[in-house]
Amino acid sequence: MTDRKDTISRKDFLAELERYRKGSVTRRHFLGVTGLGLATTVLGAAVPGLMPRRAHAEGSIGDRVVLASWPNYHDPANFEAFKAKTGAAVDMSVFGSNEEMLAKLQAGGTGWDVFVPTNYTISTYVDLGLIEPIDLSKLPNYDPASFDARFAEPGTINGTVYAVPRNWGTTGYVVNTSQLGALAKPTSWKEFWDMTKAEFSGRTMVHDYQLTTIGNALKYYGYSFNSVDPKELTDAEKLLMEVKPHLFAINSDYQPSMRSGDAWMSVAWTGDAKQLHRDMPEIEYVLGKEGGELWSDFFAIPKGAPHRDAAYALLDFLLTPEVNAKEVAFHGYPVADKRVNAILPAEMLNDPIMYPAAELLDPLEFGAAVTLTDPGRAELMARFKAA
Amino acid sequence: MTMRPRYRTALFLAPAGAWFLAMLVLPLLVVIVYSFGERGPAGGYAPAFTLDNYLNLGSRWTAFRNTLTMAPLGTLACLVIAYPLAWFLAMRADARWRTLLLVLVIVPFWTSILIRSYAWIFLLGGQGIPSLLNALGLGNPRLINTPFAVLVGIVYGYLPLMVFPIYVSLERLDKRLLEAADDLGSPPMRRFLQIALPLSMPGVATGCMLVFILLMGEFLIPAMLGGGKVFFVGNALVDLFLQSRNWAFGSAVAAALVLVMLITVTAYMRFTRRWAGGRDDVALM
Repeated sequence: MTDRKDTISRKDFLAELERYRKGSVTRRHFLGVTGLGLATTVLGAAVPGLMPRRAHAEGSIGDRVVLASWPNYHDPANFEAFKAKTGAAVDMSVFGSNEEMLAKLQAGGTGWDVFVPTNYTISTYVDLGLIEPIDLSKLPNYDPASFDARFAEPGTINGTVYAVPRNWGTTGYVVNTSQLGALAKPTSWKEFWDMTKAEFSGRTMVHDYQLTTIGNALKYYGYSFNSVDPKELTDAEKLLMEVKPHLFAINSDYQPSMRSGDAWMSVAWTGDAKQLHRDMPEIEYVLGKEGGELWSDFFAIPKGAPHRDAAYALLDFLLTPEVNAKEVAFHGYPVADKRVNAILPAEMLNDPIMYPAAELLDPLEFGAAVTLTDPGRAELMARFKAA
Repeated sequence: MTMRPRYRTALFLAPAGAWFLAMLVLPLLVVIVYSFGERGPAGGYAPAFTLDNYLNLGSRWTAFRNTLTMAPLGTLACLVIAYPLAWFLAMRADARWRTLLLVLVIVPFWTSILIRSYAWIFLLGGQGIPSLLNALGLGNPRLINTPFAVLVGIVYGYLPLMVFPIYVSLERLDKRLLEAADDLGSPPMRRFLQIALPLSMPGVATGCMLVFILLMGEFLIPAMLGGGKVFFVGNALVDLFLQSRNWAFGSAVAAALVLVMLITVTAYMRFTRRWAGGRDDVALM
């Protein structure tokens, strides 16, 4: 004897499943009719593959998109919104240097759909055939005309767009002013390195990243941030080796240590400085008066990206001004998109961390392509870490 | 004798043989070939024949020295902590609780070492154990990003690998031998040194071998708890392949590490065999 309300025959189940797959009944109806509600909730969470695909108005782009990016650079709420809108979950991994991203792509088989390279690396990616041109017709929300050309141009190589701009920013350092004692607030890279060797010994962090760590050591001597001159690099190496025993750590993810108070000073990017200052006002951002780095990050699509449609959908979503504005509010990195700036609150647009004074911006340099592949810099960084 | 048993043997060994060929022999050959090459123009590998990479090995001496001190030290620390624990589990623990206790030893393995290392970053960081010690008036030592922190991480991560082989050898030990020694008037320390310890040596040797070999290739714990300042050969390899992209030099470092391991492990096996009075099974169990 069967109670029809509690069970469903195999044939009826399959018929319902087919109706659901075609999208002619809702998931709620399907789960209710088959009594699979609880089972799906439990199983679906553990084995996502069991969940039937959703039918989308915008066409199916698959259920995931793999993103390689930087720490503290994305608002998780935007990824949730993207998933709710398209059904594709964002699977993100974070990196501490462009060199690390390049190494992964050179080795092959990353499975990445989108990654976030910095201005100075894009020409090398194109030369090595590691990224593909961007099909702008698939990015209706991207408007090149509304971007400040200075921060968008490095994405175009020989007239072809290989990367679209994400954010721009500076590389300075954060300092916990409550630990300064009698010291004046530092304003230069010279003070950064000298304090590390003295009052801040054991409390300073530098990036695990040749460009910024070597570049800012070069600034100690007043050399170019991008120098590959062997003599100048030797000087920088001498400084770095002297400083190494005084460092707290070599790590590009410095927020946890700054927040816990273990580290008092660290080489830092705009957004991290903004996030730290927002939560702990005693942590201030300094742009060395000798100069340093001005940079612009881009979205690029590696050749052979397994979920290309999802990659374009994600880029288009993140470049939508409203979404991009939410990203900026979260991470505190400025964007070069006029449409976004038009909807950002005034206090962000006037924020001195995000938009430093002209006299501080002027001496900054964009990273140069040669630093990415120069063996001298790569080996110097490796020796510094292995010392 | 027909050929059939031989074919059958070959057939059964084929999967393991193919696995070793594809996953061990061929990659090792690639590493050796690469180690004589050069850094590619944009990083990576370029074919060449040079000994420069081997001549440059001295630049990674600190990494080798760190590994060759921390790996034996970590193994010893694991042993000192694991032996009494294994003894308790095998000899003293109530049989009703033994299985539960054994499961508890491996429970940490159910979570990724990465996540557990993050937990240690906070425990050893300024607001963790040091602040507790400070509140108790015991000073405020720097723990995180020191060799000590790496050692703590090593013991924490590798302890189960040491406990289990020792537990098994002690559990198998014929308890009547200890009773007989007791009846004949042997004091407890002598019973332990003359009977229990020698008979548990296969477990000790296996545990030490497992922990030592894995520690020689370790990179995650020093990277997480050493803050990039306690640099192992494993970290040098990660760096050479995934940051500075000198695959040729990285291959030479890898080949050197394999060689160092072969030498130390062979020496270790000789040593333990002699110690155990010429028994071959000691190191292999």
